[in-house]
Amino acid sequence: MPLFHGESLGKTYITPVLSHVSLELNEGEVLALTGENGAGKSTLTKLIAGLVHPTEGRMHLHERPYAPASRHEAEKLGVRMVLQELGLIPTLTVAENLMLGRMPSRLGFIRRSEMNRRATEQMAVIGLEGIDPRTPVGKLGVGHQQMVEIARNLVGDCRLLILDEPTAMLTSREIDHLFTQILALKRAGVGIIYISHRLDELQQIADRVMVLRDGRHIDTKPMADVVQNDIVRLMVGHDVSEERKRPIHETGPVALEVRGLGRGKVVRDVSFTMHAGEILGLAGLVGAGRTELLRLIYGADAKDTGEIHLEGSETPARIASPMAAVRKGIGLVTEDRKSQGLLLPLAIRINATLANIKAVSRQGWLRPAVERGQVGKLNEALGVKSHSIDQPAAELSGGNQQKVVFARWLHRDCKVLLLDEPTRGVDIGARADIYDQLEKLADAGKAMLMVSSDLRELMQVCDRIAVMSAGRLVRIFKRGEWTQQALLEAAFSGYLATQAPAQ
Amino acid sequence: MEDVSTSTPSTSFAGSLRGTLGNYAALLAALVMMVALFSYLSQYFFSANTFLTIANDIPAIVATSVGMTFVLIIAGIDLSVGSVMALSAAVAGIAMLQWHWSLAMAVLLAMGVGTVTGFLNGAISVAWRLPSFIVTLGMLEVARGAAYIATDSRTQYIGDAISWLSNPVLFGLSPSFLIAILIVVAAQLVLTRSVFGRQMIGIGTNEEAMRLAGVDPRPVKILVFAIAGLLAGLAGIIQASRLEAADPNAGIGTELVVIASVVIGGTSLMGGRGSVINTFFGVLIISVLEAGLAQIGASEPTKRIITGCVIIVAVILDMYRERRRSRRA
Repeated sequence: MPLFHGESLGKTYITPVLSHVSLELNEGEVLALTGENGAGKSTLTKLIAGLVHPTEGRMHLHERPYAPASRHEAEKLGVRMVLQELGLIPTLTVAENLMLGRMPSRLGFIRRSEMNRRATEQMAVIGLEGIDPRTPVGKLGVGHQQMVEIARNLVGDCRLLILDEPTAMLTSREIDHLFTQILALKRAGVGIIYISHRLDELQQIADRVMVLRDGRHIDTKPMADVVQNDIVRLMVGHDVSEERKRPIHETGPVALEVRGLGRGKVVRDVSFTMHAGEILGLAGLVGAGRTELLRLIYGADAKDTGEIHLEGSETPARIASPMAAVRKGIGLVTEDRKSQGLLLPLAIRINATLANIKAVSRQGWLRPAVERGQVGKLNEALGVKSHSIDQPAAELSGGNQQKVVFARWLHRDCKVLLLDEPTRGVDIGARADIYDQLEKLADAGKAMLMVSSDLRELMQVCDRIAVMSAGRLVRIFKRGEWTQQALLEAAFSGYLATQAPAQ
Repeated sequence: MEDVSTSTPSTSFAGSLRGTLGNYAALLAALVMMVALFSYLSQYFFSANTFLTIANDIPAIVATSVGMTFVLIIAGIDLSVGSVMALSAAVAGIAMLQWHWSLAMAVLLAMGVGTVTGFLNGAISVAWRLPSFIVTLGMLEVARGAAYIATDSRTQYIGDAISWLSNPVLFGLSPSFLIAILIVVAAQLVLTRSVFGRQMIGIGTNEEAMRLAGVDPRPVKILVFAIAGLLAGLAGIIQASRLEAADPNAGIGTELVVIASVVIGGTSLMGGRGSVINTFFGVLIISVLEAGLAQIGASEPTKRIITGCVIIVAVILDMYRERRRSRRA
């Protein structure tokens, strides 16, 4: 008898986003759910978790009709979902977030030490006993925040757990902890629905895999019977060669040189050189200081020590703000495109011309026709899927949003591009487009510094990979010198002698 | 709001006209309905006289509301406009009466005073990263106090030298009204067609994203507050011309009427969304309501209760309209 049974589920807003999808989930089973962005994975799981109400179909839990009116009701029945967007309150502590709604109290006063003790226990379950439960969540890195979010959903009775891209921001060590935890939950009879783009992960953890495309159920197969290419073919509808071989190409003169850059303990004495036409990868664990390094170069944070030299000049460049960085030809694709990259409610057109408004204006007045022409061309070149360039960025899928951010820096025509997790939350199809674009930019002589937590991606795209560990740049690998093993060892090296990479 | 952030790509004049009417249709309909209602309730309401009275009554509020629209779009607020009106008028009045300045020079002086206070509002909130609510609340007190000092706490009678600004010259309309219309049109153009306008909308939508895109939000924000101050200074003169005097108590509570008008016009208090034309409709709605209620003999307390209710209902309706629009998009 299945734990959960959904029968021809569907959801229609104005057009159907999901139709006739049936699924079964057994106790102690991990069902992988995959598909390109916009395939309907999130909608399907939100139906199950009570966040969205189905417009067609029926659901059963433990053979009893199941129609949760809200997330709260679903949780009471033991159905829980870890959302892609973090649902934590940044100003509250880890313990307070974990215990929200069930804080131990006496006469209405919180029993703080009891709460912190329970929180530590809960964090230990997912291998994060090193985090002080009294730390405000906002002070943690995104990866740790994600782990806290997962821990929160494991508190109390949990029969069916939905994980939406849980590893998107985790390091491999954290992923290992998560997988151990998933195995423990399986043994306890919890049914798990696991959404992910990362096919290697699915093979590691899932019993069956279910593929959605355009809101329809394409196929469900036992994981043992499929290889990665099968899944990709099912997702996309045609063959995609994910393995690409980037030719080693000649790189040009020095575009940017960093000497002894540092800020507190976060970034310590970092030096390296980037060349025109080169893609330099930046690997490391969450909290190794990669994003912080990018922000220092970009002038978004103030540096304590060090110099930045542009185009081989011996005089250090004065970059005290992002405005100065942009003026000097540096662009930044932020890690969090929703809160830092895009003006979500505004049109693609407006987002794309933000960094170079001079090109579409004359004496302070906008030239709409010129703007339309330029943005139209950029959209076409990048393959942005949208109704028109007037569509708000919020309505685009993750991959297309990222392309709009790229369009902005193409429009600006900068010399150095800093990319922070440029393919996070981007589906395979759009990811390939972005890799193509990076290559084109390299051919056009741009220097790129790309942070990614996906080592395979870096190994595929980059000419060289610099590895950061505990704030220091420990080693730079050339193409051909690296192996996944060697990169990982370098990433961990800074923590071996000292302490675990907390925060 | 469509006109500023998600305008339809209509190239033809007819298309753009249709789009424009669509944006203003709801407010226009509300206005027409109110006029119809009051015309039904009072036989004297529907007359040229009523409308001319309203038209010559609103210029000061219109000018201030335009500035406030800009401020709300960058997710700020300016509580000091009423006091700044009084201070500007006071200084201008003193200049005309005691230093025998011409009206033109006094107007420039008033706008200068307004600009300086607005600049201070903007610069202080930017430099110390303070909420503009607090800074302008402080300025509300400071400017009012300064107005009392300038006028020695007495209403300074100016007379004909200034009153002609508010007297009919063209089809029963006053110079003030024509100036107000000019301000509305110019400000709407700046908002929708200029780089500055686009930067305002961007900063109100997501200031951090603008900064990381290489746009410095600080000068834009300071300039917006300076413009709001300048327009409040001009409004001070307009109001003085109606009173024929510089009254240190003028404009008390004006900031609330102004904010209400702007919000009725659909500008978001959260920033990033607004329209000057719709603000103009917002001002009209409040003034038609007040004039209509006065004509049907409503008492002052009743007027205030009804006006308050209309403000709340208007914003609720706008919220639904906005929600339907974003679902359709």
